[in-house]
Amino acid sequence: MVERGKGGTVEYPLIWFAASACTGCSVSVLNSVSPTIKNVLIDEVVPGKHINLRYHATVMAGQGDAVIEEMEHTARSKKGGYILVVEGAIPTAAEGAYGTMGENGGKPIPMASRLEHVAGNALAIIALGTCASFGGIAAGAPNPSGCISVDQFLKQHRINVPLINIPGCAPHPDWFVGTVAAILLKGLPKPEELDEHKRPKAFYGKLIHENCPRRAYFEEGKFARKFGGPGCLNELGCKGPVTYADCPLRLWNHSTNWCIGSGGSCIGCVEPGFPDLLAPFYQKLSDDALPAVGKGQ
Amino acid sequence: MGKIIIEPVTRIEGHLKIEAVVENGKVKDARSSGMMFRGLEIILQGRDPRDAQRYTQRICGVCPTSHSTAATLNLDSAFGISDKIPDNGRIMRNLILGAAHIADHILHFYHLAALDYVDITAVAKYDGNDPVLNSVKAFAERGELGPFVPRYEGDYRLSKAANIEALAHYVKALEMRRKGQELTTIFGGKLPHDSVIVPGGVAEVPTVDKIASFLWQLNELRDFINNVYLPDVMMVAEAYSDYFGIGAGCGNLLSYGSFDLDGKSPDLARRERFMKQGTVSADLKLGQLDTQKIMEYVKYSWYEDSTSRKHPASGETRPDLKKKAGYSWIKAPRYDGKVYEVGPLARVAVTYASGNPTVKALVDSTLSRFKASPKALFSVLGRHAARALYTKALADSMPAWLLQLKPGEPAYIDYQIPEQSTGMGLIDGARGALGHWVEIKDKKIANYQCVVPSTWNLSPRDDNEQPGPVEQAIIGTKVKDENNPFEIVRIVRSFDPCIACAVHLITPKGSELGRFRVS
Repeated sequence: MVERGKGGTVEYPLIWFAASACTGCSVSVLNSVSPTIKNVLIDEVVPGKHINLRYHATVMAGQGDAVIEEMEHTARSKKGGYILVVEGAIPTAAEGAYGTMGENGGKPIPMASRLEHVAGNALAIIALGTCASFGGIAAGAPNPSGCISVDQFLKQHRINVPLINIPGCAPHPDWFVGTVAAILLKGLPKPEELDEHKRPKAFYGKLIHENCPRRAYFEEGKFARKFGGPGCLNELGCKGPVTYADCPLRLWNHSTNWCIGSGGSCIGCVEPGFPDLLAPFYQKLSDDALPAVGKGQ
Repeated sequence: MGKIIIEPVTRIEGHLKIEAVVENGKVKDARSSGMMFRGLEIILQGRDPRDAQRYTQRICGVCPTSHSTAATLNLDSAFGISDKIPDNGRIMRNLILGAAHIADHILHFYHLAALDYVDITAVAKYDGNDPVLNSVKAFAERGELGPFVPRYEGDYRLSKAANIEALAHYVKALEMRRKGQELTTIFGGKLPHDSVIVPGGVAEVPTVDKIASFLWQLNELRDFINNVYLPDVMMVAEAYSDYFGIGAGCGNLLSYGSFDLDGKSPDLARRERFMKQGTVSADLKLGQLDTQKIMEYVKYSWYEDSTSRKHPASGETRPDLKKKAGYSWIKAPRYDGKVYEVGPLARVAVTYASGNPTVKALVDSTLSRFKASPKALFSVLGRHAARALYTKALADSMPAWLLQLKPGEPAYIDYQIPEQSTGMGLIDGARGALGHWVEIKDKKIANYQCVVPSTWNLSPRDDNEQPGPVEQAIIGTKVKDENNPFEIVRIVRSFDPCIACAVHLITPKGSELGRFRVS
């Protein structure tokens, strides 16, 4: 990956591939505070190292064939030297007809074919958001478009490139920027730094419930019976007891607020079973879903 | 004659592909096609109705708050509590949605649209002392210019100084749109995808400290809107004034209105709103909104023909991949059988025609500055100007709403989910008229349908062969340089598309132009 530009800066090419996505992951990363998104894209985000965003459909200036060519050129010419970020799940039903990008000889090219092209040569792949990590909302039952996660996709196509999952609907910008910064500073994460779902333990190592400011209410058996009241939100369906993320400590949007902080319940949006295993969102968890409470990881 | 394919059209939400036909330098025909289908409406079937607010936000991470609001109004109506939401809940919903619109419109002008008008390479000649501009200059000198190249070349008209100032504002706007999202989360919990707006109201009670914090974060954004965003839109309008005459479109505008000023009427089409409900045509004559006139057509969409000509309340989503006539995943909604454009221009024009003095003064002063008639509003620049004027009118109105909150008092009422019911939620989202419809059976969702703004604007032809609004806006446009068809992308982006779509330019014979696959 060592490619020095003028002044000795090392350039890290990055392709941002949007599949069956809602663009929420991109919007969340734009919300990064420190570093700002300007620091990430324009400045040397780590001294001497610059993220070179080659393809991102929501922000890039160009359009049409020229930008597709830019993506493919990067995959060809920077073999083993670029980071691939995937946002959204991969639609596979009906031979990929539910999601296409461009065409060849009048025939639409499925997103899956494009992804196969750019995934194989990547140095590492970051599956950003719950759809890319686990299928997410797009793969909700009955999964009309046959959406699969990046992990499933790589296995199906026997592509052996290191994968890091950064789930969340949407993921916190710190989780993404922190993971990228860690790669720039000390290389790819070691196996013991990821959990069994390939999530960095640094961000997904603790239960929401363990650090929830309403935890004391839970211990004392004080439960809110309707929204807006004090008390633990367990009776209102909060999924904090089965959800691993550092939201209560990190907070969201420049530490302005977070789901439970605003009186809304956690819906477990970072978990592999989201949404189907976590829904109905406003139904109380069954007691047998609670054994993980207090055990952490 | 030639065919140019622009796919993907970038700097929009989602994957965009449009087709159009060029003859003697003029677009003869155009097609807009949505190329991604997730089937959220199918996924919603059989689920707990309350969850619709959480699911439908995830249709779009750029405008989740608009879906959150429409879904919740829909559920309020199905649960029979539309007229019982506490004022605190109504007002907090308005503040959450308003803050999200401010962030969204700043993002659209600077980060989605501006690169079609601003030449950022001018920064290479910057010789001042501004640290931000010098950091961008250093970036340019390193030589890796992604994501700012490749790009269309040619028609950049601003002076060096204006380009450099606009670039500084592009960077500043990254911060301001982020602060707009932060403003949204003071009462909204988190973004993207809020946790707070629920059937019955909102999940938290307003407090004095949050009200004060909201006011001053809002004031910082108002400073930016008044002193940077609006002047920049006018600066672009002056340099590209021919775009007041480009991209007129279908000439019919539809608004559902937004921001409930009174929650007592259960009929959303008649409720007192800050932005008004209704229709206008080129003569700016106001028509009353009648939601029974909405119908969706699918002759050219990849859905079973038997599902065509349905009102959304009884709409169906049944894909038909093999359909020969199909060229889009987007259905074709029509109002009274006619093609209607939605968006900030529509809600501003409807509110203007309703006689709202604030909006009238803003629009009239802008038109007189450009010595233009109201007809000029129907254009690329008319859409950008309307979006900016709307943002100002909205931001200026929010402090008064904020001060109507009653700290510590409830913002939520409880309810029972009915065994059977139907609902409708209407709101003007950031990108225009957004409708959600639900049918509940056995306390579960039996059917859920969304007609989103970009369904209107990027719709394909309907069963009566009428092209959709963006298709009509492109047809007839002169394209100066087929290798760099600025006109097409400027038209498309003026609608702020928020859906996976597709845009091509093709000849009647299907040959293609320029470097886009010459045949």
